[in-house]
Amino acid sequence: MTHRPRTKQIHLAAHFPGVNNTTVWADPRSRSQIDFSSFEHLARTAERGLFDFFFLAEGLRLREHKGRIHDLDVVGRPESLTVLSALAAVTDRLGLAATVNATFNEPYELARRLASLDHLSGGRAAWNVVTSSDAFTGENFRRGGFLDRADRYTRAAEFVATARELWDSWTPDGPDGPDGSVGEPRPFAHHGQHFDIAGEFGVPRPPQGHPVVIQAGDSPEGREFAASAADVVFTRHGTLEAGRAFYADVKGRLAAYGREPDDLKIMPGVTFVLGDTAAEAQERAIEIRRQQVSPQNAILALEQVWGVDLSAYDPDGPLPDIDPDPDSTLVQGRVKVGDPRAVAEQWRALSRAKGLSIHQTVIETTSRQSFIGTPAAVAEQFDEFVRTDAADGFILVPHLTPGGLDEFVERVVPLLQERGAFRTEYEGATLRSHLGLPEPVRKG
Amino acid sequence: MTTPAATGRGPLHLAAAIDQPGAYDAAPYTESARLAEHGALDFVTLGDSFARQGLDALAVLARIAPATGRVGLVPTVTTTHTEPFHVQAAVATLDWVSHGRAGWAVEVSATEAEAKLFGRRRAAPREALWREAGEVAEVARRLWDSWEDDAEIRDVATGRFIDRDKLHYVDFEGRSFSVRGPSIVPRPPQGHPVVVVDATTGGHARETAVRHADVALVRAASPAQAGAARADLHRRAAELGRDPGQLRVLAALVVDLGGGEQAARPGHGGGPLPTAEGPLYRGGPVDLADLIAGWHAADAVDGFHLTPVEPRRDLERLVNGTVSLLQHRGLFRTFYPGATLREHLGLARPANRYAALAGDPT
Ligand SMILES: Cc1cc2nc3c(=O)[nH]c(=O)nc-3n(C[C@H](O)[C@H](O)[C@H](O)COP(=O)(O)O)c2cc1C
Repeated sequence: MTHRPRTKQIHLAAHFPGVNNTTVWADPRSRSQIDFSSFEHLARTAERGLFDFFFLAEGLRLREHKGRIHDLDVVGRPESLTVLSALAAVTDRLGLAATVNATFNEPYELARRLASLDHLSGGRAAWNVVTSSDAFTGENFRRGGFLDRADRYTRAAEFVATARELWDSWTPDGPDGPDGSVGEPRPFAHHGQHFDIAGEFGVPRPPQGHPVVIQAGDSPEGREFAASAADVVFTRHGTLEAGRAFYADVKGRLAAYGREPDDLKIMPGVTFVLGDTAAEAQERAIEIRRQQVSPQNAILALEQVWGVDLSAYDPDGPLPDIDPDPDSTLVQGRVKVGDPRAVAEQWRALSRAKGLSIHQTVIETTSRQSFIGTPAAVAEQFDEFVRTDAADGFILVPHLTPGGLDEFVERVVPLLQERGAFRTEYEGATLRSHLGLPEPVRKG
Repeated sequence: MTTPAATGRGPLHLAAAIDQPGAYDAAPYTESARLAEHGALDFVTLGDSFARQGLDALAVLARIAPATGRVGLVPTVTTTHTEPFHVQAAVATLDWVSHGRAGWAVEVSATEAEAKLFGRRRAAPREALWREAGEVAEVARRLWDSWEDDAEIRDVATGRFIDRDKLHYVDFEGRSFSVRGPSIVPRPPQGHPVVVVDATTGGHARETAVRHADVALVRAASPAQAGAARADLHRRAAELGRDPGQLRVLAALVVDLGGGEQAARPGHGGGPLPTAEGPLYRGGPVDLADLIAGWHAADAVDGFHLTPVEPRRDLERLVNGTVSLLQHRGLFRTFYPGATLREHLGLARPANRYAALAGDPT
């Protein structure tokens, strides 16, 4: 070997704790999910840790369970792009990623809002394109549930392409303004299946050219869309094996679009628990799982699989022997359980084998943490995942707002840096530069 | 009809526009908002339209919220091609990130050019668009109430994060849209961010101001004209059962302070000149202070919304000249006694319409 290749670099992102039971709200250290101070704390922590970006999820209708608003998990969050604009004032380098639905928005307005965030943050904006198109969510919007599930990605793909046309529509340079050259608008026209629009875009080309595009969605259409158009994939494949398979599959789709493997970063969403010893980390992990799954949450988790009212069951008693209703509409506003009968059978088998109650079974089967161990062990595993192509990095989902990332940044980041697997300073100013993404090619 | 709450001269309120054509980064806006805050102004506004070149106004004001501490932040957000649900969530979020300093200047998009940017509907007459804007303001206020203030309970014993009886569907059916609710954003710090409507842009714009505005802007060339407009707004608000004392009326003036200390243009008695952009005041900062003091002494308006012709120059002269003179004469606050925009304006935090219902068994 003539020269040693540089260790493959890890990319890190921070997910603001979400509205499912991963987020522990009953802990005395848990603070507001809505006050700006919580967002500021987590974003500053992520920036101290030299993270690539900070990530906000979105849900456009409050979840329902048995026809009523789901009340057991954190509920309510601010609107992502507005929070990120404010965070741009209290951070300098951190990327700022908003999840925004492509079904219940229009390209002109959203492209303008994303370009605005990119300008206001000096090139740090990202858009996680999600596609839920259910009629339940549609009830909050002008067009209702107008889009067939089959069309969700054709619309998303045309949406992203249209946004890029708008971002590219200003001339590269023009008359010098007071802050340097911003170019001039040129008329655009887009006539497609989903959008038929024309005019002039109101915002100069964003500092990044195009804000970073993230895709989260796992179907074959979702993967194909990611390969054709995304810069980052946010996935749920958090184990080494599933990660490698997903990685190979998605990266393998890039060549067809004339793209290099490095042009698309794969970042699973993961959780972690640290301890001074492996045993202590395991103990903490069990304690956190117990906090995540209250007895009420255990019954609810069961109802999500069975699709029927199980409120009469005792959380400390055995699992129901009735079969799930696969066509249930009990749960609204959440991703559905894929094969409820199979899951129910699996859970019953586990409960029988280990003699577990409903509560214990749910604790055992759901919300398992991805990485549990000493900081050194977690750093080692992260590095292994990335070196062996199960991922390009991770979107960390802390279980506590807003302090859930503090320990990771203090204890794990330095070890990743020692391994030469993670940056010791930000090299560039933009999110694109943190992610090592190519400059987008200007069209038109 | 006289309404006691509306008569009797109240404190003077001042607001300024910080629009800066050609500015595509945060710095000039931050600088202007800080200057306005230095003058203890009630709020700054930033206009917006899909037809204009410029950044999204609400995003700009969110960006400067952490860099300011007291001044109110009022972006224009249009209602014609936007989603009412998204609009109210963004305005509520601006209120959260600014700790209760958000407002919303309601506007419509009436041109065919704007309609083509969206390709969803044709341009429509302003009257119809303002009727819809009124509905958007109505649904926004319902959605801001869709969470009661104490809906979040974090009750460990029952495992419940919220009391879902304190979350409410709004089930709004408008002429052109419907919204089920509740909002995804908890009730903002002010209850309702401050709704600002320019009441001079058309018949139904005034109707929307009467129904929904906390602050109405009027364009008048004399105190008598302004006073008549305010009296009309107050009377009509009272007819709808609103307390007119909860509707501030500000005279909107474009100001050109480039003339230094020379007297206001002769021939207009020191009053503003009517122009296509509305009444224009041209003169020095001292004479402007006299005009403001005079109109306010005549109890014609609750205050002024001032739009500088030359953004940086005129705002600086306005704050360091006109405002400091008004402060010196004891006519304008020298610091903010309150924290929220409603407190600056002397407006009550609105009761939650659904909380009232919940207490009523019928
Ligand atoms: C890791 C991950 C995170 C997601 N986050 C969101 C979100 O914040 N908001 C949302 O509306 N949908 C979210 N989704 C849903 C997807 O965008 C998509 O609508 C859904 O997965 C259905 O698409 P699919 O059939 O391709 O999986 C997420 C999906 C994944 C895999």
